[in-house]
Amino acid sequence: MVFARLRHGLGRTRNRIAHALRRLGGDQSTEETLETLEEILYTADVGPLSERLLEEAEAELKSGALAHPRELPAWLEQRLAAAVRGPEDGRPLPPAEHRPTVTLVVGVNGSGKTTSVAKLVHWLQGQGRSVLVAAGDTFRAAAVEQLGVWCERAGVPMVRGAEGADPAAVAHDAAQAAKARGVDDLVVDTAGRLHTQKNLMAELEKVSRILGRQVEGAPHHVLLVLDATTGQNALQQARRFLESVPVTGAFLTKLDGTAKGGATLAVGEELGIPVLFVGVGEGLEDLEVFDPAEFAAALLAPRNEPAET
Amino acid sequence: MLEQLQKSFQKVIDRFQGGRLREEDVREGMREVRRALLAADVHVTVAKEFTDKVAARLLSAERLQGVSGAQQVMAAFHQELVALMRSDQAPLPKHPRHPMVLLLAGLQGAGKTTTAAKLGLRLERRENRKVLLAACDLQRPGAVDQLRALGDRLGLDVHAEEPGPGVDPVGVARRALERARDQRYDALIVDSAGRLHVDDALMDEIQEVAAAVTPDASYLVLDAMTGQDAVESARAFAARLDLYALVLTKMDGDARGGAALSALQVTGRPIAFLGVGEKPEDLEEFDAERVAGRILDLGDVVGLVEKAQEALAEEEAALDYEKMLSGRLTMQDLLDQFRMMKRMGSVKKVFGMLPGMGRMSGLLEQVDDHRFRRMEAIILSMTPAERLHPEILDARRRRRIARGAGVDVADVNRLYKSFQEMKRQMKAMRKMMTGGRSKKRLLRDLKRSGQLPNLPGYPSN
Ligand SMILES: Nc1nc2c(ncn2[C@@H]2O[C@H](COP(=O)(O)OP(=O)(O)OP(=O)(O)O)[C@@H](O)[C@H]2O)c(=O)[nH]1
Ligand SMILES: Nc1nc2c(ncn2[C@@H]2O[C@H](COP(=O)(O)OP(=O)(O)O)[C@@H](O)[C@H]2O)c(=O)[nH]1
Ligand SMILES: [Mg+2]
Ligand SMILES: [Mg+2]
Repeated sequence: MVFARLRHGLGRTRNRIAHALRRLGGDQSTEETLETLEEILYTADVGPLSERLLEEAEAELKSGALAHPRELPAWLEQRLAAAVRGPEDGRPLPPAEHRPTVTLVVGVNGSGKTTSVAKLVHWLQGQGRSVLVAAGDTFRAAAVEQLGVWCERAGVPMVRGAEGADPAAVAHDAAQAAKARGVDDLVVDTAGRLHTQKNLMAELEKVSRILGRQVEGAPHHVLLVLDATTGQNALQQARRFLESVPVTGAFLTKLDGTAKGGATLAVGEELGIPVLFVGVGEGLEDLEVFDPAEFAAALLAPRNEPAET
Repeated sequence: MLEQLQKSFQKVIDRFQGGRLREEDVREGMREVRRALLAADVHVTVAKEFTDKVAARLLSAERLQGVSGAQQVMAAFHQELVALMRSDQAPLPKHPRHPMVLLLAGLQGAGKTTTAAKLGLRLERRENRKVLLAACDLQRPGAVDQLRALGDRLGLDVHAEEPGPGVDPVGVARRALERARDQRYDALIVDSAGRLHVDDALMDEIQEVAAAVTPDASYLVLDAMTGQDAVESARAFAARLDLYALVLTKMDGDARGGAALSALQVTGRPIAFLGVGEKPEDLEEFDAERVAGRILDLGDVVGLVEKAQEALAEEEAALDYEKMLSGRLTMQDLLDQFRMMKRMGSVKKVFGMLPGMGRMSGLLEQVDDHRFRRMEAIILSMTPAERLHPEILDARRRRRIARGAGVDVADVNRLYKSFQEMKRQMKAMRKMMTGGRSKKRLLRDLKRSGQLPNLPGYPSN
């Protein structure tokens, strides 16, 4: 698990907070503990939600539920883990009743959709499922070629349309092909679109609708790809995508950098969208099933901490 | 005339009663601003540094009417933010070599390739320069095809090599530059692979690419939706590349774009361009006013305060009377006042026209250079505390001031005495103005109290 790498720093965070506490000495340290935690939360992109969390923390202390500020970090870690759910039973993308199970992948420009599609394909194959891919990004230059390379690497067939074709038409053809071939899963890539673009959001609705017309209950899964380096806009993205298509889970990418992806907490807390996967690199294998506890622990770990000597 | 003058006196006196910004106004405004900055994704530390610095400067500012103190503070932050983000550096290097070399770098998905095409289009169409694009992203599948396709669509030449063994970004960049020289291109735009700032191997690589083509300008391409991490990545890229400016992409969305401020602060580089869409035409020059406004998102407040400021500007001349009439005169005001009088013939005229004020205009006549300089020297020798609180001027302080100004202690004493007298006089005048008296009575009072303060070196009549 790459989380192991992130978690590595966790012991040190606890040390850092413990250290801050020690320096402050004893019982007057609540305020400064809260300040330290506030800074950690904000730098992890938790944003305005941080205020609420800290208020709760203070209330815990006041009510006596927490005996000492020293217990705050552990409490906060649990609280964070509770804010965002992982996949039910730890098993994302359960198969639909009838084949094919259709997964639609959506998100803003450059968030990592296409790469994530490739990773998903690879992961599904690892579950013993057969996959067909739909190249639904008919807009961006060479988007189809990009996905084509991945499909070749993963060894799965891809249905494509002409550049500039209606993505709904590609989805239609792909659904037909998936049924005809009897594959277990159809994964549909889409063009990046900003959630503020009404016509493009309408286009996405149409893709979703067409899939539903071809396959009962489709899309069974709609994955919203969120970039971990994104700040508070992530919540806005999630809201708007959820208005257009039935988002069933998030795929949090680029967690291999120094970004903590804390904006996802608000997405979980406010919209109840679970996070199913995280992306931790640019390769096919660089995917992990999301684990709230590990995510919370990594979020509180300091970044750029020099290796312990 | 008189009525008008009185009206404007009244106005400024009303306004003056607002006084100076109070500490709690500043604190409240600052809290709001900090909240806005954080919600806009400005880095915690950057937000704190910025607000602290500006708050210190605001404490002595004068209070505007018609808006709350906190609102005024917020608007002041807005102005400071605009000033901070504004730059007079041209978006493209002014004196590039031939061919001009531009390098684009940044994280994965930031918008480098799209921006390369946008810049190419701009250079060809607007500046009539022959452009070559270099496809140096050999990492992401289809990246070379993407740039090639964009080039085809826009009629821009692309130097691309098929990714494979023996083909590395540094080599491609070097060969692209050779080709640009040989084939007389005016500009070479180097697209690079997205990379994480913690990936040492790839950070080494971008540094080598830069070394191979020695860009006239290296741009860091930054996604407007970026959060706190902008600080980390921008700092790391700035450490490896001699950055010229930033490009902020995806500004067509609804992200507030606070990352721009974070990156600007840690790199010390300005923002040159904004990406405002996926199409090659969607590139704009950076506009500090707009982006700062978007980050702070205080549009209404700023508008309100601007209006109040306009009203203030209209009362510019009146502002000077206000100081003369206030009972809260300080040495600093005195200094400002006389400097202003020296500049402004208009005040002289206005006072001259006012019956009973002849003496005063006589006084103005006397503010000649020599005397003025002496008085100025005395006030300038005072510490800020002494200027604002002249009552603390004891004998020891006066001796020190006299020495500093190169005058006699008697001169300092004279100035102090005149100052006190003037203060009293002004208070009396103000009372008359605000006492709701009839015009006649006012004039009579003015005449009666026509005794004007003695100033050092001025005959007291
Ligand atoms: N480091 C890292 N890079 C990633 C990850 N996921 C995607 N990327 C990179 O991010 C960039 C954008 O990824 P894409 O998969 O093309 O993103 P997209 O959402 O399909 O982009 P558009 O279709 O252009 O909107 C590429 O350079 C990917 O290699 C990840 O988990 N970690
Ligand atoms: N809406 C919008 N999309 C953009 C902008 N700039 C780039 N993009 C999109 O963002 C995605 C990634 O851009 P790309 O240029 O491939 O990024 P690179 O990985 O840094 O080269 C693509 O889908 C682009 O179309 C912009 O200013 N606005
Ligand atoms: Mg894509
Ligand atoms: Mg690119």
